[in-house]
Amino acid sequence: MNFVDLDRVALRYGEDEDGTLALHGTTLSVQAGEFVAVVGPSGCGKSTLMKVVTGLWPPTAGTVVVSGREVSGPLSIVGMAFQNPTLLPWRTTLANVMLPLEIVQPHCGRLRRERAAYEAKARDLLALVGLQGFEDRFPWQLSGGMQQRASLCRALIHDPSLLMLDEPFASLDMFTREELWLALQDLWLARHPTVILVTHDLREAAFLADRVLVMSGRPGRIIAERQVALPRPRILDVTYEPYSVALVHDLRAQISAARTSTPGREFAT
Amino acid sequence: MQRKTQRRVLPWLVIVLLFVLWELVVRAFDIEPFVLPAPSAIFASGWQWRWPILDNSWQTFMTTAVGFFFAVVFGLIAGIAIGSSTLVYDGFYPALIGFNTIPKVAVIPILVIWFGIGTVPAIITAFLLSFFPILVNVATGIATVEPELRDVLRALGASRWQVIQKVGLPRSMPYFFASLKVAITVAFVGSIVAETVASNKGIGNLMLVASSRFEVPLAFAGLLVTSVMGIGMYLVAEIVERRMTGWATRGTDAAIAPQG
Repeated sequence: MNFVDLDRVALRYGEDEDGTLALHGTTLSVQAGEFVAVVGPSGCGKSTLMKVVTGLWPPTAGTVVVSGREVSGPLSIVGMAFQNPTLLPWRTTLANVMLPLEIVQPHCGRLRRERAAYEAKARDLLALVGLQGFEDRFPWQLSGGMQQRASLCRALIHDPSLLMLDEPFASLDMFTREELWLALQDLWLARHPTVILVTHDLREAAFLADRVLVMSGRPGRIIAERQVALPRPRILDVTYEPYSVALVHDLRAQISAARTSTPGREFAT
Repeated sequence: MQRKTQRRVLPWLVIVLLFVLWELVVRAFDIEPFVLPAPSAIFASGWQWRWPILDNSWQTFMTTAVGFFFAVVFGLIAGIAIGSSTLVYDGFYPALIGFNTIPKVAVIPILVIWFGIGTVPAIITAFLLSFFPILVNVATGIATVEPELRDVLRALGASRWQVIQKVGLPRSMPYFFASLKVAITVAFVGSIVAETVASNKGIGNLMLVASSRFEVPLAFAGLLVTSVMGIGMYLVAEIVERRMTGWATRGTDAAIAPQG
């Protein structure tokens, strides 16, 4: 059974017919524990896809099913990380990472009693991404890459079964990005959540994912799918090997074709 | 002299110089004491009448503090209500602005009719003048939470109140504390105006009585005391602000400019 299922989903922003049609006829499915990357031209609806899957925006048409249940609102089994780390500046890094525990049941109820255990868990996560020693610093005392690492930890602290990443590394320089790929791979191998990663970076998609989905231009739907048959754990050098290069080349061609198709085509619903 | 010491000492130097200049001008032009008293006369008068001055200053301080306290409580609660609900915002904001543009001096006689002369109109005037800046700043702080910050919590399934409690309120604290500086000085003004217009106690009243008896040095002494108190209150508000919201200014010396 699929963990995430989208069936002919459409989403139009705004209340009337002139709103932007961001998604149309989007159908995709993701297995439990799978790492899927979604790539596509700019403005194709990748971020909208994220919002639909996590229940932040209801679809205008079609069904979204996560873990066997239709999505009607935000889900507590989801962890999200955005392009902007958005750490709360008045909390220390540790307090930021533990924020989901104050909201999501059942952790919310247990937090007071088992605080020490949860704190240890948060520290372990931070250590896994290389932030040990920075738990008591405030976000402005961390670099962009470090903040993004903390944001990843925050997305995972409540043991979500679904991890949604919306271009989380887009604002970082290449070396930091590659470091974070490795950190994310470590986190995923340790806990194996289902991951949907939206990204512009094809190398990133090829390095991290099991499967890469290509979206068309707006209104977005899935037009191609490629498996990534590389063994794990992967090292950065695989991205320069012929297999990966061919894969990236292929994806690039798909996206170029998608970009040149007429933009803003409206479909009658 | 070191730069830091220079910066500390300079304001005091300026004040002392101003007083010296003032004294010299009065003496040089032989200005009558009931027109513009010299600082020496003011200090002498202040010392002679120190007990009434202290007594009345305390009265003013109390009415300011009480009015300000209620303004903080009301400003916070109303600010949260208005900032977190578009419905409440649309409904109440125009009325509030209309209310705020009424000069409160005009309201004092009505307060006297309702509550009689004395402490109550002073407290109420202080309250009426100072709750609005607080309310506006809290409401703005809550209403302008960045969508990304809110999405982080919404994605976890947080309720509206949880978002306000964990993001909205902490985020509006810098604005709130900054507004306290404005609010407390305005409350102080409100108290004094009310006392001057309709009271039998307080530093405003003291200045009025002194003027009417042509004891102008005493009136000026009252003015000086007023200004010292005002500065003191502002400083307290600023220290509290710096302590509570150091994170907002990231450890620099910049202070947040309050709105309204």
